[in-house]
Amino acid sequence: MPDTVITYIIRRLVAAIGLLVIVSAVTFSIFYLVPRWAGATPETLATRYVGRAATEDTVKLTAERLGLYDPIAVQYWNWAKGVVVGAEYDYGAGVERCPAPCLGYSFITKQPVWPELLDRIPVTLSLAAGASVLWLALGVAIGVLSALRRGSIFDRAAMTVALAGVSLPIFFTGLISLAFFSYQLGWTVPGGTFVKITDNPIKWAQALTLPWITLAFLFSAQYARLTRAGMLETMNEDFIRTARAKGLPERTVVVQHGLRGALTPIVTIFGLDVGLLLGGAVLTEKTFSLPGLGKYAVDGIVANDLPKILGVTLVAAVFIVLANLIVDLLYAVVDPRVRAK
Amino acid sequence: MRKIEGRSLGQIAWMRLKRDKVAIVGFVVIVLLILMAILAPLIVKAIGHPPNEFNQDLIDTQGGTLAPLGRFGGMSWDHPFGVEPVNGRDLMSRVIYGSRISLLIAFFATLLSVTIGTVMGIVSGFFGGWVDALISRLMDVFLAFPLLVFAIALAGVIPDDAFGLQGDSLRIVLLIFIIGFFNWPYIGRIVRGQTISLREREFVDAARSLGARRPYILFTELLPNLVAPILVYSTLLIPTNILFEAALSFLGVGVRAPTATWGGMLSDAVTFYTMPHFMLWPGLAIFITVLAFNLFGDGLRDALDPRSR
Repeated sequence: MPDTVITYIIRRLVAAIGLLVIVSAVTFSIFYLVPRWAGATPETLATRYVGRAATEDTVKLTAERLGLYDPIAVQYWNWAKGVVVGAEYDYGAGVERCPAPCLGYSFITKQPVWPELLDRIPVTLSLAAGASVLWLALGVAIGVLSALRRGSIFDRAAMTVALAGVSLPIFFTGLISLAFFSYQLGWTVPGGTFVKITDNPIKWAQALTLPWITLAFLFSAQYARLTRAGMLETMNEDFIRTARAKGLPERTVVVQHGLRGALTPIVTIFGLDVGLLLGGAVLTEKTFSLPGLGKYAVDGIVANDLPKILGVTLVAAVFIVLANLIVDLLYAVVDPRVRAK
Repeated sequence: MRKIEGRSLGQIAWMRLKRDKVAIVGFVVIVLLILMAILAPLIVKAIGHPPNEFNQDLIDTQGGTLAPLGRFGGMSWDHPFGVEPVNGRDLMSRVIYGSRISLLIAFFATLLSVTIGTVMGIVSGFFGGWVDALISRLMDVFLAFPLLVFAIALAGVIPDDAFGLQGDSLRIVLLIFIIGFFNWPYIGRIVRGQTISLREREFVDAARSLGARRPYILFTELLPNLVAPILVYSTLLIPTNILFEAALSFLGVGVRAPTATWGGMLSDAVTFYTMPHFMLWPGLAIFITVLAFNLFGDGLRDALDPRSR
């Protein structure tokens, strides 16, 4: 690999780490500041952690031990230090260890957040992996066919369905498919039946089929629209005429010249979408009761458990930044003009 | 002989739009929906069932399922959409009232994003240099946020009584801010790109060489040329925001019960997924509204920028 590529990669990596530090600092300060603007005090925040029957002194002591009186910078520093070297929390009922990487410690369930997140990542990963393969294949294929047969019945039907697809909320299509396929036809068992792929691949796929299809329907609609628009544009370019004039078979012209040109924006959006989805397919997981990252965040909200939400937000940001990084690096490898910038 | 007239770009776009039947259908549906939202109290008065009126007499309390009596979820002349399971609230008036929350939040959130995005985009694109670098990095940070997780978290940590507001009005203002505030970088990027390409055009050079000041160039020379993309993007952002609001309500961090919201109704329907009628009406309402905006927005884009066809 030439030196320019390596410098480019290093520069992008440093930028990505910087971005993560900023994102975590902003997230932290918003969760620190907003409740205070809304009238919360260190004492009211501490009452969440000590139970209802606590006396005023206990509450104050707890707030002090948890560092809730500290200025925001000190609290963020302590939290960031926890991510790197781990942390210990002492809130009266004994010292609790939170080993590195300590993304947070739930004072409600008295558990460090990271191991719980680790349990949930495979669920979200399985969901995103299956669905993204499905929607990319489906969306791009439909988009290309639509663009080639522009104005035909297939094109119109596909684009109508695609427009309907992008206008439907996933929790509605999810509910409808649950009502129909699970309840009426009894094809799949509804709700919370995630099985690890290493335990039983068939049951794993079975439990995820419905969420995959629902998610893929929504996304492939968007990808079909994008691919079609991109293909219509590139197929009118001069290099396509050149390729045809060279006598290349139409198949090669479409796939290797046309699609390749139209694929660049698709790759960008695919990276972003997968990154976003890995950070918690909140709605899909809630609709199908899958115990993934998104469901964990929602449960955290319901229980008013801030450290959990902070943990998910950070992991999600890592996925988004990583996805962006991979897309950028792919560009650098594919397109030499990017590196020069 | 017909007189030859000059037509402005706006007139040409309007002529194209008028010919696009699908977009016009979308537009008519949007107008009807807005009227429905504004006139909701009158319509519901005419139906005779307020959205939060319990109708326990319509519920099957014997069977244990608490399903509505009668076929199709208790559909009747009196309750054209049927009633809710358990407490028998009228679904039609709840769907009608739900449109108010959806449209109100989506409109104002869009307005907020478009305002911030346009200002940031123009400033960033026009001034360039360190201003551009700073704003562009800011956009990167915003785009790296897991938006939905973050929005539910933020909507979840605000207490019920804050900023001198409470109840529905607090939640509505809050949702407008959360949804509007996190969506601005998308339009900001578009406006920035357009501004950069416009900045180098001859008419800007001409204005500058005639001694025009920066504010004049920004508002009189650049902004009119940005109206078209901003308009198109706003129309297409509204449906996104409607889906966003519905999602937040579905997750239980939107406007609180018992106020009727489409997302909230769907969330109630999760437990009763064996009774499809219950999820059908709010789902259809979201679908029709979002589809209408998408159809109109697509038509508008085609009319203003014929290359995108």
